[in-house]
Amino acid sequence: MKDIREDIAWAKINNDVLKSLESPRKLFWVIIICALGVFGIGVGCEVYQYSTGLGVANMDNPHVWGLYIASFIFWIGMSHSGTLLSAILHLMHADWRKPIYRFAEAMTTFSLMTAGLFVAVHLGRLWQLYYALPYPNERGIWPNFQSPLLWDAMAIFTYLSSSILFLYVGMIPDLAICRDNIHTGWRKKLYTLLSLGWEGTDRLWRNFRVTYLTIACFLIPLAVSVHSIVASDFAMSQQPGWHITSFPPYFVAGALYSGCAAIITLFIILRYVFKFEEYMTLSILKKTVRLTFAISMVWTYLNLIEYATVWYSHDEVAKAVLLQKATGPYAPFWWMMNFLGSIVPLVLAFKRFQTHIPVLLTVSLLLNVGMWLERWMIVAPTFSHGYYPWTWDHDQWPSLVQWGIVFGSFGWFTLLFMVFCKVFPSVSMYEVKEMVYHRSQATKKLEATGKMATAGKGAH
Amino acid sequence: MSKRHLLALFSNFDEAEAVVKELRKISLKGFDADKDMIVKSPIEHPEVEEFLGDKPVRVQWFTLGGALTGGLLAFFLISGAQGNFFAQLKGGKPVVPFPPNFVLTYEMFILGGVYISVLGFLICAGLPARRSPLYSAKVSEDQIGILVQADETASGTLRSIFTKHQALEIQEEAGK
Repeated sequence: MKDIREDIAWAKINNDVLKSLESPRKLFWVIIICALGVFGIGVGCEVYQYSTGLGVANMDNPHVWGLYIASFIFWIGMSHSGTLLSAILHLMHADWRKPIYRFAEAMTTFSLMTAGLFVAVHLGRLWQLYYALPYPNERGIWPNFQSPLLWDAMAIFTYLSSSILFLYVGMIPDLAICRDNIHTGWRKKLYTLLSLGWEGTDRLWRNFRVTYLTIACFLIPLAVSVHSIVASDFAMSQQPGWHITSFPPYFVAGALYSGCAAIITLFIILRYVFKFEEYMTLSILKKTVRLTFAISMVWTYLNLIEYATVWYSHDEVAKAVLLQKATGPYAPFWWMMNFLGSIVPLVLAFKRFQTHIPVLLTVSLLLNVGMWLERWMIVAPTFSHGYYPWTWDHDQWPSLVQWGIVFGSFGWFTLLFMVFCKVFPSVSMYEVKEMVYHRSQATKKLEATGKMATAGKGAH
Repeated sequence: MSKRHLLALFSNFDEAEAVVKELRKISLKGFDADKDMIVKSPIEHPEVEEFLGDKPVRVQWFTLGGALTGGLLAFFLISGAQGNFFAQLKGGKPVVPFPPNFVLTYEMFILGGVYISVLGFLICAGLPARRSPLYSAKVSEDQIGILVQADETASGTLRSIFTKHQALEIQEEAGK
């Protein structure tokens, strides 16, 4: 099974991708309508919470974060696989990433934008958001530069803006193709503006290559630092269940895991909706699935290490929180998280399921449910079984408003993502051409060597 | 003597390479292969750079400058702010604590590096750019273009070289 056919004409690659901008399958519009509906529910809940107060989210002391911060971590985590696919695999010269990295990068950008919403949403008093910004203000104070929360804000801003630039710079040659092939309307103006007059000269390509590589090199440590810092929000506190040394790598592995699972989901959807069967091939899907499986095992290992550390460290309070997770009111969710995160991915180890679309779609969605539960199970149980005895009988169940806003975020993400794929090429045309070109050259070389070997054999 | 622009399109890199090599060897009035010849291709192709010869890329200097500026700016901004309220009770802790300040310094190091790399790319690549005198959309599809600028007396020779190497199309336009 080949990653891509080596005889695809370059003009056909342009045509197929450009066609996806104009005539997707009907499912595209169904997804857009559903996303709008779900997003609408979220907006309605947020408006209600904004005008009534944070109490309607059923949040109180000690449950001050609820689902909002769990979802924030989930969305931040989702963004990491875009960097994995586009930057890390780029440095490793894994060319199979080429047809799929663009949408993974877009996923990074939009999931970060979604995560950013939760910072504002969980404040409740949106109108005082500026209090969190690092500037000398009329109150005569500066933010606490030693707080992981401020590091978090800075890291996410850096990651978001760098990801947008990485996505944009990598897209310039494709925008020029769009400019050259779409002759009328707002699209023409947009592509002309964004392609910056790109003409594919040797000078442009030379500088482009160095710039793209440079940003990729910056993005890898940045992605690791972002989720390590998010982990520090928890690990640097004294709370039982959070004060764990392995939290940063555990968070990073979880992030890559949920992101890879999301890539599988979106791969399958885009492949069908935009008729990309020839580019998003089953062979590439198989490689993505194997990568996801490997990461799922890393996550499982780190998860078990976390339990073992708590158990054998004899930190009685942390141990009590762990027991509370396994046997208390959150137990069904905690067990489900472990089942979905560690047992379900074993399906991916079977060769016959590695290209089985319905199974993969189901499994990838389940993995992300598991990863979302993981974030919730990090936040909520510690709040309800902390150091203070008065918190112990205080289990919190999120209100419908909270659930509504969380669901709304999925609608918002889907909407942004699908609109992006409709307006911008979600398969990198020039990189697919490179892939086809280099692979066909390699095949030709191999054939020539084979012929020579055969000829040599005959001569002797 | 007025200058002319010629754009020849080729179906593969081998032909384009042969043309570049030939153009480098011959001597034409008002034509300097290093300055007056541009190769346009639909993909990033390392061999194009090889046969065009070494041309420096300076984006990495912007990167270095941006990263250092970002990091230093962050560190001094934060330290300055912390030093500003030295009068506050710090409980024996240092006024400017290095380990926590390193985190934001690191983030700004990356931010500066990325932003200024992109700025460097735009400057070094000459973007945004106006359309060159001759352009074919085929270059963004599947053909390799060679754009040359020479005295109009040389255009016949250039045409013959392009034709010899099976140019698919030759466009010509009077330049400035």
